[in-house]
Amino acid sequence: MTGGTGNPVTAGTAPIGPSAVGAATRGSATGTPGGSRGGSSARAAGPRTGRPGAVWAVPGLLYFGIFAALPMVLVAYLSLTSWGGLGTPEFIGLENWTRLAGDPLMRQAIWLSLLLTVLTWAVQTPISLLLGVWAAGPQRSRAVLSAIFFLPLLLSSAAVAIIWRALLDPNFGPLAWLGPVLGLRSVNLLGGSTSAFLVIVFVSAWQFIPLHMLLYQGGARQIPASLYQAAEIDGAGRLRSFWHITLPQLRHTITTSSVLMVVGALTYFETVLILTGGGPGTDTTIVPFLMYRAGFRSWELGYASAVAFTLVVVATLIALLMVRFTGFGSMRSTREGL
Amino acid sequence: MRTPRLSSLAGAAALCLLAATACSGGGGGGGGGDDRMHVWMYQDTLVVVQEGAVERFNEDSETEAVIDEVPGDNYEERLRTAMGSSQQPDVFFNWGAGSIAPYVEQDMLQPLDDLLAEDPEFAESFIPSILEAGKVDGVQYGIPLRGTQPVILFYNEAVFEDVGVEPPETWEDVLDLVDAFNEEGIIPFALAGADPWTEQMWMQYLVDRIGGPGVFARIQQGDSEGWRDPAVLEAAEMVQDLVDRGAFGDSYASVSYTEGGASTLLSEGRAAMHLMGSWEYSTHLDQAREFAENDLGYVEFPPLPGGEGDPANVVGNPTNFFSVTAESDHLDAALEFLKYTAQEEYVADMVANGEVPTTANAEEAVADSPNPDFATFQYEMVRDAPHFQLSWDQALPPDVATPMVTEIESLFNGQTTPEQFVDALAAL
Repeated sequence: MTGGTGNPVTAGTAPIGPSAVGAATRGSATGTPGGSRGGSSARAAGPRTGRPGAVWAVPGLLYFGIFAALPMVLVAYLSLTSWGGLGTPEFIGLENWTRLAGDPLMRQAIWLSLLLTVLTWAVQTPISLLLGVWAAGPQRSRAVLSAIFFLPLLLSSAAVAIIWRALLDPNFGPLAWLGPVLGLRSVNLLGGSTSAFLVIVFVSAWQFIPLHMLLYQGGARQIPASLYQAAEIDGAGRLRSFWHITLPQLRHTITTSSVLMVVGALTYFETVLILTGGGPGTDTTIVPFLMYRAGFRSWELGYASAVAFTLVVVATLIALLMVRFTGFGSMRSTREGL
Repeated sequence: MRTPRLSSLAGAAALCLLAATACSGGGGGGGGGDDRMHVWMYQDTLVVVQEGAVERFNEDSETEAVIDEVPGDNYEERLRTAMGSSQQPDVFFNWGAGSIAPYVEQDMLQPLDDLLAEDPEFAESFIPSILEAGKVDGVQYGIPLRGTQPVILFYNEAVFEDVGVEPPETWEDVLDLVDAFNEEGIIPFALAGADPWTEQMWMQYLVDRIGGPGVFARIQQGDSEGWRDPAVLEAAEMVQDLVDRGAFGDSYASVSYTEGGASTLLSEGRAAMHLMGSWEYSTHLDQAREFAENDLGYVEFPPLPGGEGDPANVVGNPTNFFSVTAESDHLDAALEFLKYTAQEEYVADMVANGEVPTTANAEEAVADSPNPDFATFQYEMVRDAPHFQLSWDQALPPDVATPMVTEIESLFNGQTTPEQFVDALAAL
């Protein structure tokens, strides 16, 4: 977890130049090693102190090459084969890809993945933004409550899923006696198509809002108090201050958090595996789970590779588009003119 | 910018290749890279029986055997991954049939026909129908290692007494009981619908009782049109009927078996019956001892009106098997080790741990079981069964079994109609 949170947090708090922050965050958010544009502009602007560019990149490149690029090439090749995990993969051309294009399960999975991504963003962003801004304030109860809110992030995804599965048990979970009080005839949350999907959205929110809250807290702490003081003098209330100062100042944090959320939702897996197993039927079978099901239940590793490759390409594209359209790539300072 | 980037990429690629070849250089065959013979076991409380066999084997043999316990949840995934690598076990636990067919296809398993032919006494020590289930395409690849696990209709005697009814002997009885228990606010059948293999047990029994073992045998041979047999549709309609009558309550789709949700419903008397594998008895013995000893009743699945299948047929797991990898460094030792599963001490250990052995002479041995009545009931049920249907998802290849199990789940959830169910399966 620290690897993932390290960079964005630094982006919010470290008092260093804008271009350096841009390069570091871009690397982590989009998965490309070393931002070329940010890096070169820094080099052109600064004095030539002889930084050994290419050599410095070797450890990173090696790591990326062995653990990301090479497996992806292999997956691309496997997607052209029929392979059950034993013996030699048999080359079958584009058969997996034509099957993928016509697979109703894949179509459903893509739809569910997109729906999950949108809902994840729509649910988690406002809540974590408000909580984060609140947690950045000077209130007395803040530290204690923040620590409590932070707890879910310390649990592993598997543990979270197992806990919620027990809590949602229709006969022996707390909902079993709470249900009748609330007027529910029966508690069948994990067994209903819509409700099971909403449970996934809810559990992922419960688990990941603390992370994003932390990002927003860091971002909000960085906003200079003088801005608020000036607004107060101009007669702006709390709401207007929030709307016209806090939100614009958190622009980059919102992008960072959104990219993390979107990519996270597209690759969400463990909770689905443990909580619903892709069910009822196939109604929570999102793309990553479909990949697992094809690969390690049906042992059609070629087909699973085609699913995986599609997922990687789509997730990368979406992340790139988000970075481009939010102006995150150029990362202009939010403190110009201060 | 271009050139240095390309050259470092090339360097990275070269190193990758180096790393890859360095990994695959290691030794072939035998397990964890030492001289010992590795026996892979599915991890559970019954492994003590195999541990005893390994101990006796190590006293006699020059080769040292060791048991690798693999956590149950992902046993098949781990096994398959290991089999695809150079870290193959020498001997491994499996379910026979479909579960080892992919390995047979790749010639990775040692045929055991010669072993049985050379030692008739060893061959005759097993119940023939059980030994049969260890064959793939007529060749023996598995030797039985566990007790038998038929699916039995368990019921709560106390609940039956309270409501004043008797366990079902006909399908009519089943439907009457469903109404009777629903009136009392008791779930007629506990069902762990979040784990669809529990629903599969219903389909297996219904199809066998209606159409006999031939229906599934045709499907197992790879003819997916076999799903269009009228028996499958009728079974699916009966499932729909049961669901509509509230036979499983209304929240079964959220109940999971592994967390004990369904078993606890039965032991607490909130459900009256539970169709489950014979291991359910040990589960209750462990979780609700008093209930297991006093109130846990068991009957065979009732016959169906006009059904072609023999009402004595049984579904479930005939047993588990040991298979030997063909490239094992300890091939002779491994074959010798298999014979330890027919020894008297081994059978005695099984019985003492509550299992019902699949050896032909087990009848007297089960008298020493912790629960002789239940053990004898099970033993006779299996011995007298004309056909023992292996669980469908184990009998079929995984790329068919996975979607099939999902379709069964959708049928039980009312997400598909019986007609859609048949169409979906025939399209597999």
